[in-house]
Amino acid sequence: MLNTIYQLVRPRQFEVAFEDITIDQEHILVRPTHLSICNADERYYQGTRGMEILQQKLPMALIHEGIGKVVHDPAGMYPVGTRVVMIPNVPMETDEVTAENYLRTSRFRGSSMHGFMQEYIQTTADRLIPLPEGMNDLVAAFTEMISVCYHGISRFDTTAHSRREAVGVWGDGNMGYLTALLLKMRFPQTKVYVFGVTDTKLSDFTFADETWRISEIPEELQIDHGFECVGGSASGRAINQMIDHLNPEGTIGIFGVSEDLVPINTRMILEKGLKVLGTSRSGRADFLGLFELYQKQPEVLEYLEKLIGAVVPVRGIPDMVEAFEMDIHKIMGKTVMVWE
Amino acid sequence: MSNVYGVVLAGGIGARMGNIEKPKQFLELGGKPVIIHTIEKFAIHPGLTEVLVLAPRAWMTYTQDIIRKHISGGTKITVLEGGTSRNETIMNAVRYIEKQGNLNEDTLIVTHDSVRPFVTHRIIEENIRFAGEYGACDTVIPASDTIVESKSQEKITDIPNRKYMYQGQTPQSFRAVELKEAYEALSEAEKAILTDACKIMVLRGKHVHLVQGEVFNIKITYPYDVAVAKALLGMELD
Repeated sequence: MLNTIYQLVRPRQFEVAFEDITIDQEHILVRPTHLSICNADERYYQGTRGMEILQQKLPMALIHEGIGKVVHDPAGMYPVGTRVVMIPNVPMETDEVTAENYLRTSRFRGSSMHGFMQEYIQTTADRLIPLPEGMNDLVAAFTEMISVCYHGISRFDTTAHSRREAVGVWGDGNMGYLTALLLKMRFPQTKVYVFGVTDTKLSDFTFADETWRISEIPEELQIDHGFECVGGSASGRAINQMIDHLNPEGTIGIFGVSEDLVPINTRMILEKGLKVLGTSRSGRADFLGLFELYQKQPEVLEYLEKLIGAVVPVRGIPDMVEAFEMDIHKIMGKTVMVWE
Repeated sequence: MSNVYGVVLAGGIGARMGNIEKPKQFLELGGKPVIIHTIEKFAIHPGLTEVLVLAPRAWMTYTQDIIRKHISGGTKITVLEGGTSRNETIMNAVRYIEKQGNLNEDTLIVTHDSVRPFVTHRIIEENIRFAGEYGACDTVIPASDTIVESKSQEKITDIPNRKYMYQGQTPQSFRAVELKEAYEALSEAEKAILTDACKIMVLRGKHVHLVQGEVFNIKITYPYDVAVAKALLGMELD
């Protein structure tokens, strides 16, 4: 079948292409319905990824956050019409030590293979998870991003020492919001402090125990562990400020991506015996864990709804451009394309 | 729930194609006959209960063979004999539905050229929706060229405002009962002139709703179109 692919051919330019997909007994076909734009997609769209990377990866369909409906499942595991979240990480092997999202052989939608901006997604059953009943489509669209925070916190949980009286989250954007929220949900006894730059954004962190502007953090404030959700060139400043406020033997979770090398205060990391924990992407187990959390603590969904930003119905390429351009100018929240 | 039939029209013998012996719908594109690409789009669409493929009598077995060879799973596919004209071919599909005892007020047919393999999920989806809501719909794109009318074929009689002009594509979709009634009310002379099913409905004063098509939903009619289709598929041109 001729599958329509809406691929980015160069910054700010999408074009239609077709790929013949064979409908076989092993693969499931999913019709995407709601796709959410990530900063990583924006970096390709705006051409800020660096010319060499762009030349290597484009043309490519963007988007790795999205949900859809099953249209064809030869094994009959999922009835036609089942709403599913699509897992963008595509492992090529399994390993008893390394998680699927860290295996160097794994492929990733919208990075090393076509993303979800397609007419149909051909995939396997293990890359799909049915959505919890009644789940808001617009929130479900950015499940992948939430699962990345969930994954990072799970890694923190198994790595960091057990004293968790207070933790700090640097970053008042979407990633900071999700990380702080999930921390509060998973560790209700722990004080969650959020550090950012914009008062209007910080005021939305109503679930946090305290919020501060980064220029006004009390000098005596101490935290047991910290999470960097800033990304970009500012992530170094955030990490160094975190190092200053961390108690010895604390853990630094680095969540934000930076295109540039980041200078950090390694002397104090050594002196305080800090652990630095990198986390990236997520795997099937994280999606499942997240859905379990939704079931146990449904109040989290109400907080997640606050992150829904622009909702753009997409019927053709001009609408895709509009969605990506709108996303650039957003202050906060996720831009969701309703894939018509 | 209404019955929704995909009706793939492959009745033509491709008189317009240059030196090619096979009807144009059987030409290969990327290792598969064009008609197979088209049927696959319909077979996979969850909104359709059955796909009827109307083929010339001499090519029915061939059509069945290639469907068996290339398509597994999806919606049920039935090959039927095409008629002497486009509308007669559509009526053959309607007669089949009637014979099966499935023709009622809610039965919808989504008729489509077998040589338009680039039709999308959205176009099919909206055809089903609007045929259900309004009784008939036609897939179109805004006219890109100025349309010039000449009744004498020698001088211009009109140049309609392009703003109001569209180019017709397919699918064209209908409530099957309404189309059947409209068609049967025509005289033989009218049947010979009215080759477009939507036009029959428009002349009856019915609301025929517009569905937004796609520029790439091309009809593979001329050898030139095969080259365009290959380019869309990213294939090397001959």
